[in-house]
Amino acid sequence: MSQVQSYFSQLDSIDGELATLNLGPTHPATHGIFQNVLKMDGEKIVSAEPTIGYIHRAFEKLAERRPFNQITPITDRLNYCSSPINNMGWHMTVEKLAGIEVPKRAQYMRIIVMELARIADHLVCNAVIGVDTGALTGFTYMFQERERIYDMFEEVCGARLTTNIGRIGGMERDFTPGFHAKLKDFLKTFPPRFEEFGRMLERNRIFMDRVINAGPISAEMAMNYGFTGPNLRAAGVDYDVRVMTPYSSYDDFDFIIPVGQNGDTYDRFMVRQEEIRQSLKIINDAYANLPEGAYHADVPDYYLPAKDEVYTKMEALIYHFKVVMGEVPIPKGEVYHAVEGGNGELGYYLVSDGGRTPYRLHFRRPCFIYYQAYPEMIKGAMLSDAILTMSSMNVIAGELDA
Amino acid sequence: MANMAEMPEGYAGEGFFATSLSKAVGLARANSLWPLPFATSCCGIEFMATMGSNYDLARFGMERLSFSPRQSDLLMVMGTISKKMGPVLKQVYTQMAEPKWVIAVGACASSGGIFDTYSVLQGIDKVIPVDVYVPGCPPRPEQIIDGIMKIQELVKNEPLRRRYSPEYQHLLEKYQIS
Amino acid sequence: MNLSNELVLARFEQEFPGVVKATETGIDGILAVEIDREQVADVLRKMRDDSVLQFNFLSSLNGMHFPQNEGRELGVVYHLHNWVKNFRMRVKIFFPISNPHVPTLTGVWPTANWMERQEYDFFGIVFDGHPDLRRILNVDDLDVFPMRKEFKMEDGTRTDKDDRFFGRDGHEGRSFD
Repeated sequence: MSQVQSYFSQLDSIDGELATLNLGPTHPATHGIFQNVLKMDGEKIVSAEPTIGYIHRAFEKLAERRPFNQITPITDRLNYCSSPINNMGWHMTVEKLAGIEVPKRAQYMRIIVMELARIADHLVCNAVIGVDTGALTGFTYMFQERERIYDMFEEVCGARLTTNIGRIGGMERDFTPGFHAKLKDFLKTFPPRFEEFGRMLERNRIFMDRVINAGPISAEMAMNYGFTGPNLRAAGVDYDVRVMTPYSSYDDFDFIIPVGQNGDTYDRFMVRQEEIRQSLKIINDAYANLPEGAYHADVPDYYLPAKDEVYTKMEALIYHFKVVMGEVPIPKGEVYHAVEGGNGELGYYLVSDGGRTPYRLHFRRPCFIYYQAYPEMIKGAMLSDAILTMSSMNVIAGELDA
Repeated sequence: MANMAEMPEGYAGEGFFATSLSKAVGLARANSLWPLPFATSCCGIEFMATMGSNYDLARFGMERLSFSPRQSDLLMVMGTISKKMGPVLKQVYTQMAEPKWVIAVGACASSGGIFDTYSVLQGIDKVIPVDVYVPGCPPRPEQIIDGIMKIQELVKNEPLRRRYSPEYQHLLEKYQIS
Repeated sequence: MNLSNELVLARFEQEFPGVVKATETGIDGILAVEIDREQVADVLRKMRDDSVLQFNFLSSLNGMHFPQNEGRELGVVYHLHNWVKNFRMRVKIFFPISNPHVPTLTGVWPTANWMERQEYDFFGIVFDGHPDLRRILNVDDLDVFPMRKEFKMEDGTRTDKDDRFFGRDGHEGRSFD
C-alpha cells in the first residue's frame, strides 16, 4: 500500500468525537435570544438542546395585577412584529366574557388592521429568510413597505410597533382621512413592489436549491407537536383559526388557505408569500364593503365616554372614572378565545373571579409550542440549514418566552 | 462639500492642517463607530427599521455592524434584559476592547420598563456602565439616531488618556469588571 | 354528525363510566369536565383514539392555583380540540398542594413536553414520567414557584422604587368599598 493509501486507511479507523457548538444566546443569525447547544459530527448536526427563557418577562404574573384594559399593552409585546393581532385577540376575549356585541363597522376595521399586521409580520419573516440566504436587497425594499404600514398604524393609534390598538368594545377612533388616503395608496402601489420581491426569489434557481429540503417536517409530526399557522400549513394541513372558528366577521370574506407539501423552508416561504396576497385580497374586500355605523359598542361600562360629555354630564364622569380606575363589571367565569396570529393559533384562556383584574390569564403562544420540534427538524442537517430552518419558522423571542 | 464631517479647531496653513491628536482621533472614531446590536426584543425591530433605508443609520458611519464583541466599539443594548441574560450581557461587555461605549435603547434596557417583575433586570446599569440612555417604548428611529448622535459627541470629545484615569478605574471596580 | 356538549357527555358515560366528577359550561359555551388526576393520561389517550370523540389536538395546558380550596389548591386545565368536527373541550384536574404529582401526557402528545415544563416552572406541579422535567423559563436555580398566589410579582431586591408612589402599599387586589 502506498504512503497516501495507508494514511487514509488510518484516518478511517480514528474514532470520531462529537464536537459541541454553542449557538449561544447572542448570535447574529438567531433572530431573538435563545440558545442551542449542538452536537456535531463534522458539519452534520447529531443532536440539539435548546435553552429558552432569556427574555422571560412574566406576562402571566403581570396580567394578574393589571385591570383588563391595561393588559392590552403587554399583549403587544408577545409577537411584536404583528401586535395589532394580539391586541384584538385580547379585546375579543374580554368581549366574549362580558357579553359585548361589537358593531359591524368596528369588526371590519379590526379585520383591516389585523390583516395589515399579518402582512407586516410575513414581510419580516420572508425578508429575513432572504438575508439568511444572502439576498440582502429584498430586506431593504420590504422594510420600506413596512414603514408604510407603520404610517397607517400611526394614523389609527399613534404608535408604530407596539400599537395598543382598539378598545374593549370597538376601536378608539374612526379611520381618519389620512388613513383612508394612505390605505388607498398602499393597496395600489404595494402589490407591484411585492411581486418584484416575489420574482426575485420564488423561482430563483439558486434560492430554490438552497432552501428546498431544508428542515422538513411531516404533517403527522407537525400536528403531534402542536404546530399551527404557516408552519403547519407548509406541512400540508389546512388549519386556519379564521376559517375553523371565525371571529370578527371573517366568515363574510372568501379567501384561500395556501398549503404546502413537504413542510420544508421553501414551503414555509411560499405559504407566507401567498398569505400576503390573500391578506391583500381580504383588505380590499373589507375596505370596499366597509359598512357605515358606529365604531364602538354602546357600553359605557367598558368604553370611555366622549370627552365633551365627561366634562358636562354626571353619569359620563362616573363611567370615565370607573373605566380608568379599572372597575369594570366583568362576570365570574372562564373563556378561551383563539385568533390566527402571525405564527398560528394565539389563544387566551381567561379566568375571572369578578374582580378588577383577571384571576388567571394563560397565553397559548404558538412560537413556544412549535419551537419544541426544532431539534427534531434539524437532526442530520448541516449547520447552515439549521440556521435557515430557525429563521423560516419565524421564532419571535417575545412570544417564545413571554 | 456639504456631506463632510465638521472640522475640529486647529491651525490651517498652505497645504497643512494642525490640530491636537485627541481631536483628530476623536473625529475619526466618532464617524466610524462599529456597533454591536444586542437586540433582544421589540426595540430590536425598531433598530432594524433604523438600519433600513428610511432612517438610514449607515450615513452616520455605522455601515458595518459587528456581532463579535472583540471587533466592536459601541454596545447597543436594545430590549429587555432578564436576570437570566444579565451574566451573558456582562460577559459580552467584558470581551469588548477599550475604548467602548454603551447605549441603552428603550425603557426596558434603561430601567426595566413596564416589566416591574421578578425576572427582569431593572435596567442594565445594574450590571454594566452605560453612557447614553434612550427612553421610549419602543423609541422612534429618530430618537435612536438622537442617542447615537449624543454618543458621537461623547466620542469626539473624549481625551485619549481617560481610560487610565482613577475615576474610570473606580467605575469599573463598582461593577466588578477587572 | 356534529358533536355537541350533550353528545360528548353521553359518549363519556358510555366509554368511561364514572370518570366525570363534575361538568360545567364556560361563558364561551365550551364544555369543561373534571376528572381524577390518576386517570388523566389514560382518559386523554382514549379521547384521542376514540372514533366518535376524535380529539386529535392538544391546544394548550395550564396550571391553576386556588389557595382557598383546601385539598384542591392546584389544578391543571387541558384544552382539547377536535379538528374533524371542530369541537373544543376542557378537561380539569385538581389536587392538593402537598402532593402535586400528575401523570405526564408526553406519551400521548409530544407537544405536552414543554407545556408541562412551563407549568412545573410556574407552579411546582411535578409530572411523573416526564423525560426532562426542569425549569424552562426562569433561571435554573430559582427555588420558589413564582406563579403561586403568595409570591409577589415585583423583584424583591430592588432599591430604587418606592412602592407608595406606584400605588402598591398592600391594598392591591381589593376592590373599592
